[in-house]
Amino acid sequence: MPVYRYPAPPASEITPKSAILNRRAFMAGAAGLALGGSALSSSAEVMKLKTVPSAFSTDEKPNSLDDISGYCNFYEFGTGKGDPAEYAGKLTTRPWTIEVGGLVNNPGVIDIEDLLTDYTLEDRIYRLRCVEAWSMVVPWVGIPLASIIDKFELQGSAKYVAFETLVRPSEMWAQDAGYRVLPWPYVEGLRLDEAMHPLTILAVGLHGEVLPNQNGAPVRLVVPWKYGFKSIKSIVKISFTEEEPPATWNIQNPREYGFYSNVNPTVDHPRWSQASERRIGGGLFAKRVETQMFNGYGDQVASLYDGMDLKKLF
Amino acid sequence: MAQSKLWTATPEWAVYAVGLVPAVDLFVRAFSNALGADPLRVLENGLGEWALRFLIAGLAVTPLLRFARINLVKYRRALGLIAFIYVVLHLLTYLALDKQFFWGEIGKDIIKRPYITIGMVAFLMLVPLAVTSNRYSIRKLGSAGWRKLHRLVYPAVLAGAIHYLLLVKAWPPEPIIYLLIVLVLLGVRRIKPARCVRAAA
Repeated sequence: MPVYRYPAPPASEITPKSAILNRRAFMAGAAGLALGGSALSSSAEVMKLKTVPSAFSTDEKPNSLDDISGYCNFYEFGTGKGDPAEYAGKLTTRPWTIEVGGLVNNPGVIDIEDLLTDYTLEDRIYRLRCVEAWSMVVPWVGIPLASIIDKFELQGSAKYVAFETLVRPSEMWAQDAGYRVLPWPYVEGLRLDEAMHPLTILAVGLHGEVLPNQNGAPVRLVVPWKYGFKSIKSIVKISFTEEEPPATWNIQNPREYGFYSNVNPTVDHPRWSQASERRIGGGLFAKRVETQMFNGYGDQVASLYDGMDLKKLF
Repeated sequence: MAQSKLWTATPEWAVYAVGLVPAVDLFVRAFSNALGADPLRVLENGLGEWALRFLIAGLAVTPLLRFARINLVKYRRALGLIAFIYVVLHLLTYLALDKQFFWGEIGKDIIKRPYITIGMVAFLMLVPLAVTSNRYSIRKLGSAGWRKLHRLVYPAVLAGAIHYLLLVKAWPPEPIIYLLIVLVLLGVRRIKPARCVRAAA
């Protein structure tokens, strides 16, 4: 049985929820006063998500919303870094449900509205390391996947979790471009213990607001110790399987992208080094930084891979 | 031969002036932080792509003359040298801003990463061509020798296009299109023009 060593702050350091809520109400009141109840304040209120902080957050400075929403990979909207921002506006994210099935006793659907109201939304400020050797710090808003999975009553034979992205060529032009960059739908998978790990979340927002479409609205996976492409976007289906599920980049090029795809500076991509990364947001002269094993989450997740040869199972 | 005045009236310096506009634009925007979240990538890739475009333009001069009767031979040297300037800027951006002169990592890159190896080979092939792009060298090498040397541009452009293709994930269309254009421009050179054969007979 793996032992998780995630940060556990002493109880005295945890802000009581009531204090957080009070602070929130105070700030909201102050904002309301400052803006004089203008239309701006009400629309801002709608966008804002109610969140609580998390001990899993890094204290590194998050990237700006402009950086995070303007520079991303979402091949359903084109392969350019700016393409998602340009084309994802067309995506309709309501109504939205995630179908949950496979090896569960209680299959069903998750409605995005329930996800936003039934759970405590946590601020999770995570490092994100792209397989292309750049990185960011993203202040996600999300829910631990484990707490969502539980109610579907897993069967004992379930060993993996499979995820699937929406297919809607009318709104995701690259799915119908006549020229297929990737096989659709985009699919990803995790081993069950990875999926249940407290760091693994379903994100519904970032920077305290609902997810911009280009970042995987309305709900996406975030697994911070793996390369970004594992964190599948705009999820419509989750199923539990006994066999290792297919993963899009692994299908595309198994020599270059493994099923696990843990951030690992000692295993290079066959065509480029993974030893260091460029932190986005530092401008033209930003210093390269050394890539950390498991993207710096080794204390929490290394035990998941005890006894595995990560050079083979990359 | 019917020849549009525009082709012959434009001075060579104007080609340099226009050709270097994208470089100036890229650097101005890079230094004024107007290239988005990852200015280095836009600058580095942008310079590389313009290098490839000007190499392709230079490669198109002969087919245009033969098949479309458009004579741009006068500008070929300018196109080639502009391409070389972009190659040098692209390489300097990689060395100084991307790899930040970490020579160990650069050395490993050149040896271990085929796309970097091929890019470097392309650069090395272009150096003697840039150096001999003047009348003095043509005289010194002799017309035949000079022309033989400058055939190096064919493998160099091909290497440049492959360098781009090996860099991308999946198969986005742009590098494939560039490679196809290069292959077509190299391929048409093998077609023996019937006209010339008749004229020679």
